[in-house]
Amino acid sequence: MQSISYERARDVNHAIELARQPGAKFIGGGTNLLDLYKSGIEKPVRLVDVSRLSLRDIDELPNGGLRIGAMASNTALATHPLVRQRYRVLSEALLNGATTQLRNMATVGGNLLQRTRCYYFTDPAFSHCNKRDPGSGCDAIDGHNRIHAILGASQHCIATHPSDMAVALAALDAIVHLQGPDGERQVPLIDFHRLPEDHPEIDTVIRPGELITAVELPLTPFAQNSHYVKVRDRASYAFALVSVAVAVDLDGGKVRDLRIALGGVAHKPWRAGDAESVLRGQAPTEELLARAGAAAVAGARGYAHNAFKIELAQRAVVRALQTVIGKGGQA
Amino acid sequence: MPDDDQTSMAHETAPPYVPAQPLTLRINGLEHQLMVEPRVSLLDALRERLHLTGTKKGCDRGQCGACTVLVDGQRINSCLTLAVMHDGREITTVEGLGSEAQPHPMQQAFMDCDGFQCGYCTPGQVCSAVALLDEIKQRQASALTEGEQLEPGALSEDEIRERMSGNLCRCGAYPNIVKAIHSVVLRQA
Repeated sequence: MQSISYERARDVNHAIELARQPGAKFIGGGTNLLDLYKSGIEKPVRLVDVSRLSLRDIDELPNGGLRIGAMASNTALATHPLVRQRYRVLSEALLNGATTQLRNMATVGGNLLQRTRCYYFTDPAFSHCNKRDPGSGCDAIDGHNRIHAILGASQHCIATHPSDMAVALAALDAIVHLQGPDGERQVPLIDFHRLPEDHPEIDTVIRPGELITAVELPLTPFAQNSHYVKVRDRASYAFALVSVAVAVDLDGGKVRDLRIALGGVAHKPWRAGDAESVLRGQAPTEELLARAGAAAVAGARGYAHNAFKIELAQRAVVRALQTVIGKGGQA
Repeated sequence: MPDDDQTSMAHETAPPYVPAQPLTLRINGLEHQLMVEPRVSLLDALRERLHLTGTKKGCDRGQCGACTVLVDGQRINSCLTLAVMHDGREITTVEGLGSEAQPHPMQQAFMDCDGFQCGYCTPGQVCSAVALLDEIKQRQASALTEGEQLEPGALSEDEIRERMSGNLCRCGAYPNIVKAIHSVVLRQA
């Protein structure tokens, strides 16, 4: 473990100023960063502690949406009364991730920036990982790839993004607020993470020195009736093999609008727009739900050990939809 | 594949050594002054600098929960946080919960229910379970909670298992750990 220096930021501007130094990295909860630091995978030279910035508030916006400070803990967000009432899928996704100890430490901003749990990435004993060492190759493609991507992968990387929270946020049309040396900007959550393509070492569109300051949830008619299904190898404290976030606005017997997002299947939260199109404006039937499930994995490709995810993802989509549509009183 | 990435290549030479700095930590109600390098985890500071060895190092990666301590009443993995991040916080370790003469009710319940074999995970289990009591008082939801909040008196054994999933026990004393925690929850309900 190499030496690191530590500075605590007084405010957001100070944090951004400190982060201009070479080798600087923000630390919030630290749960993923310090884990990877101990393996020698993350090599911060200077840590800029942003955990005490005044970015912990979770506030209702005048337009009915929600603004979540980036330093709000995963626990605070998951158990917030407004989130439990109006953004159920988000609370469920958070509470199905990690453990109480980790959720108490982990921040919303850090959750978005966590790295893949691909074992070829997290274990430096493996020498080929394009995410860790660009150009070195990928041991996962011909290795043990049970947990790996079935959608949007590239010949350079088949890792998945591990966040549950981000999958729920993808189904809630969330917007990521960023502040950096060049000012403030907003990025839709669904565009925040990237596909591996030929640069798997880059997980997100965040620019050097930029800090996530907040995540905004707009007021939508579908968030209220939402649900998260997570399928994993054990009942608690495991990453998703496949997960599905659904949010459905029902109008009488018909689906007025909806969102479907998948986790554990791609390098980013996977918005299943084609599956949404199958159901939008329709009265949901078992057959339509199955068609939506099939549309959600259109173009999927299985590798030696993960092809089961293609069927599993479809069934998880159907299960998640049945749960919320049943609640709405139809089908 | 292009090899023009800057992030992975930037720090091939070791960064300069950063010496120990003075730090004050408030642990179990007492102020402790110590010298630590910024890279030292809270766990290592507790054990190696302050000789509070009740807190255990298992995996050192946040997977086993043996290092669980309370910070401002919330349970965390002390292995995945830096000591320098915790000045001004109220840290509680297993040494601060009770004494041999007067154990915490949770410690007594672990003894009464035989909630351990080798005992290595026990300080973490106990700290975790003590925080769990407070989370129940606050009616904090878990992944298994149906309503908006936990209903008072509705803590099933499944809820306890879910809420304790961050504490592993290699001896497999889980049934009695759950029993111990349940007995304290029922008594305090």
